[in-house]
Amino acid sequence: MSTVSEPVSLSAPRGADAGLTPKQLADKYGLAVSGRRPGLISYTKQLWARRHFIWAFATARLVAQYTDAKLGQLWQVVTPLLNCAVFYLVFGVILKSKDNFPPDTYIAWLCIGVFVFQFTQNAVQSGTRAISDNLGLIRALHFPRASLPIAFTVIQLQQLLISMVVLVGTVLISGITPGRTWLLIIPALLLQMMFNTGIALVMSRLGAKTSDISQLIPFVMRAWMFLSGVMFSIQDKIKEWPHAIQVLMSVNPASVYMDLLRHAFAPIIYNKHQPQHQDLPHHQWAYGIGWAVVMFVIGYVFFWKAEEEYGRG
Amino acid sequence: MADVDLSKLDTIRDADIAREPTVVVDDVHIVYRVHGAGSGKGSATSAMSRIISRKRSAGVREVHAVRGISFTAYKGEAVGLIGSNGSGKSTMLAAIAGLLPTEKGGIYTNGQPSLLGVNAALMNELTGERNVILGCLAMGMSPADVKSRYQDIVDFSGINEKGDFISLPMRTYSSGMGARLRFAIAAAKTHDVLLIDEALATGDQAFQQRSKKRIEELRKSAGTVFLVSHDNSSIREVCERTIWIEHGELVMDGPTEEVVSRYERGERP
Repeated sequence: MSTVSEPVSLSAPRGADAGLTPKQLADKYGLAVSGRRPGLISYTKQLWARRHFIWAFATARLVAQYTDAKLGQLWQVVTPLLNCAVFYLVFGVILKSKDNFPPDTYIAWLCIGVFVFQFTQNAVQSGTRAISDNLGLIRALHFPRASLPIAFTVIQLQQLLISMVVLVGTVLISGITPGRTWLLIIPALLLQMMFNTGIALVMSRLGAKTSDISQLIPFVMRAWMFLSGVMFSIQDKIKEWPHAIQVLMSVNPASVYMDLLRHAFAPIIYNKHQPQHQDLPHHQWAYGIGWAVVMFVIGYVFFWKAEEEYGRG
Repeated sequence: MADVDLSKLDTIRDADIAREPTVVVDDVHIVYRVHGAGSGKGSATSAMSRIISRKRSAGVREVHAVRGISFTAYKGEAVGLIGSNGSGKSTMLAAIAGLLPTEKGGIYTNGQPSLLGVNAALMNELTGERNVILGCLAMGMSPADVKSRYQDIVDFSGINEKGDFISLPMRTYSSGMGARLRFAIAAAKTHDVLLIDEALATGDQAFQQRSKKRIEELRKSAGTVFLVSHDNSSIREVCERTIWIEHGELVMDGPTEEVVSRYERGERP
């Protein structure tokens, strides 16, 4: 340790504090360890105080997303439409999945699945990059870091609401008339939003630590999409499978939320095996609520546990 | 550690009234772990063998950036940090801000220090206007506060002096303009501890004068300001106390004039 050759040390405490060690001095004046993570409740309070930031950040990002594109905001609508067109061509026309459905309804069934799955898929993907892509902001300003993954989930929700316009059009063109079940769209989306927030929080902590994750995510998401029955009815395929796997497939959160929304939009096509029985089994709602609450709580606590570490390195 | 403190005690002549500390740095060591240093990281076979053998990557190198620095800063002080490139000044600031973990020792601060660095980009694809609003909201201001301060921040940054630049995306700004806007945003809030890492160097003369005035105001409102700079004249102008760091060790801590003139002559005590 270098010695200080000054006659008057500017560091040493004076007067009544003279003689205190640095630690004692810090304790006496209530100084806290720099960058320490706040408790869960005060963290939540801080986060609540940043609600305007989360909303403004999400809106600004959504608007800025397509500033370089000539068609601009039109891509918000065109991208999901193109997605549906490709899936319709491959699964509907070439693989003939649509033949199992009541006439003209496959396209609506498919679009609901695609949009709902993409809501979760985008939340996972943007969550993975929420911290690592915003290190500049994290290092420059102090705010609860959970604001970022939550803001990115809000962006996905805003995007989904735009796609919803396309979706409603598609459903109406398919000859499905709006009914009472349409009211269920809102709670179903809110539950999925909660689930997505949780999973985005988990992914952003993982993505902040290990950049290898972002290489792996596209494969995981593709596998999940094919296993969830987005463009073909998974129920057809799993009937002969072992019971354990059938249970696993039926609690798969992606399938649960797709079922909830397919039922809400168009009860007649939600399950083609039961054309007479158009009621959704109640346990689907239980699964939906369960996944939303469990995932959100796990994600929130998991993210908060590493709060002081984001932006380091 | 205790010996050092005792030796310091002997040197106190005027027993002043007790001052309120804002930053206490207690025998801090900081070690960087750099990934991708050395050979072997890139090749797939070495990555495989590393995973199989479960050994720590050979590509990780440890850099001991700060070796046992201790000091205490008090309310209303402006402290300059000087030293050659790579001496550990910026590392020290990042650690005070809580952005780097300490290997040994502790850093205690009053409230949450804010670090202003040259590279601290905000949101490059958004306009300057959005950056001001989002930056203020992120610091915890209410939308009404932001509205009332907005014009002050833009005027302070001087971004609009040569036309309507505030409505352009921040990626189109020159490095000086970006730094000015960032400083203006961060300085809009009263900080208990403000850490400035070369952030003023890129601004023009008029902006430097404005920011020095703002630093003075922040000090008067009982905050503490740390300034890292290679521009000795701005250290002389802003700080009355200066800490000289070399090779991660504290060389000298004292009144600015003494420390800076010794640093300029290259005389280590």
